[in-house]
Amino acid sequence: MFISLENVTYIYLPHTPFELTALKNISLTIERGESVGIIGRTGCGKSTLIQHFNALLFPTVGKVWIDGEEINKKSPHLREIRRKIGLVFQYPEHQIFEETVYAEVAFGPRNNGMTGSELEETVRWSLESVGLDYHFLKDKNPFELSGGQMRRIAIASILSMRPEALVLDEPTAGLDPEGKRMILQKLKYLREERGTTLILVSHNIDDLAHLSERIVVMDRGTIGMDGPIRDVFSQIEQLEKYGIKPPTTARIAELLMKKGYDIPRGVLTPEELSSEIKQKILMRSHQ
Amino acid sequence: MIGKGFAVGQFLPIESPIHHLDPRVKILLSGILIVVLFVVQDWISFFLLSVFIILMTVAAKIPISYIGKSLKPILFLLVFTLILQIFFTPGEYLWEYSFLHISREGLARGLFIIVRLCLLILATALLTLTTSPMELTDGLESLLGPFKKFGFPAHELAMMMTIAIRFIPTLMEEADRITKAQQARGADFETGSLLQRAKNLIPLLVPLFINSFKRADDLAVAMESRCYRGGIGRTRLRVLRFQKTDYLFLAGSLVFITVVIVCSYILW
Repeated sequence: MFISLENVTYIYLPHTPFELTALKNISLTIERGESVGIIGRTGCGKSTLIQHFNALLFPTVGKVWIDGEEINKKSPHLREIRRKIGLVFQYPEHQIFEETVYAEVAFGPRNNGMTGSELEETVRWSLESVGLDYHFLKDKNPFELSGGQMRRIAIASILSMRPEALVLDEPTAGLDPEGKRMILQKLKYLREERGTTLILVSHNIDDLAHLSERIVVMDRGTIGMDGPIRDVFSQIEQLEKYGIKPPTTARIAELLMKKGYDIPRGVLTPEELSSEIKQKILMRSHQ
Repeated sequence: MIGKGFAVGQFLPIESPIHHLDPRVKILLSGILIVVLFVVQDWISFFLLSVFIILMTVAAKIPISYIGKSLKPILFLLVFTLILQIFFTPGEYLWEYSFLHISREGLARGLFIIVRLCLLILATALLTLTTSPMELTDGLESLLGPFKKFGFPAHELAMMMTIAIRFIPTLMEEADRITKAQQARGADFETGSLLQRAKNLIPLLVPLFINSFKRADDLAVAMESRCYRGGIGRTRLRVLRFQKTDYLFLAGSLVFITVVIVCSYILW
């Protein structure tokens, strides 16, 4: 039990005319090493939910445990918890403030007391983890770089704290396809090579199809569906009920099935789908 | 107006006869009330004016807690004024201890000033609690309209106010987001010496400014691409028009206030 929420309700501005219940009685457990995708309509509480994962928000009602410790406002290790669970906000490049890429990425570890060659090594590692050239970029002004590069620097500036889990809110929003592909590829690498726990929030179901093993569907502050990705994504009618367009691959598989081709419902990636189709074509030509 | 997790300004969006009044009526009346509160010098007028303000507050359906909230920021000022007036006004001494003394005149003046301050705050709070920021700027633009002849930029001023007010929630939301994003990177905004804390604000302020400049640029382009060229010849979606109730309310209030002033003159 790495991150665990028990009957969490969160209310913005309670006891005012502006009161807004963002989360309603949510229970959710995420284990170390999992790769979870969180999806749902705009305003369903995704962003509020993930801020509970690293003690930026505290539940109005209910309990949160992180790494075996119950978290509340007075917990003594808030800083350590925020280091452990790295949270990358939406449009993280909007938080960049330093004059050089090096200083920007070093901000987090410096706050946690890291110095000297260890710091330098960490910055290099973080930049390389997101596919950026350390020597070329370290003295550059981050504001002169492209949007995709700034996004990756912002992600590197969280990675540099060496978090045990990485939570990302819409990491590919507003990027061109190349920048998008690059980020997803780097996240996949982190997950597969380093075993980082990955929690990904996205509107884009195709992004999640590449990366997540488990999908949590949120709907108006509650959890609508929660299960292995293939199970969740094959329930097309259910997904549509929650306002989620099923992944392109699942829709193609569905259409092919209606035409009488025997494609399994759980196909996720374009690669899987194309190999299935290839097989069917080969089988036909053999007949 | 609401940003996620923020109530901005004081405006309380509920239904009441006061909320439905023309903003110009409310702006004019609170202006007059403020002047009158400075002019009157006796307790009877104060009493009558308080009754007037309390009646309006009740009519506006404003919860008691909001009145307390609007008085809270000036609590220190109130206490400070009271202490100064009580201890440093010469006159007939009621109590004495070495250099400290309380005079009858000081006590009376202190209380008088406090009541005046409270009523001033309540009169203005009544305006901002019942009038949305947009209505306020529309009302101001309309009231300042006649001064355009003398080169006063009423429209531009109102437009700037509208834009500024429009972006308060956006800015607050952004400040909240960046604060949290930097906290997630181990930034500390709560402890340390004053100088240290000011320094710690840099990771918040720099992005906030950069994003604001970007947003201002975008907004300018968006307005120009829709042919915005200032106020001349511009029409509006909601034109302010005095209704029967507005005339009645304004007339009634003016009569009441005039009576108070006249009474205060005669009695004083």
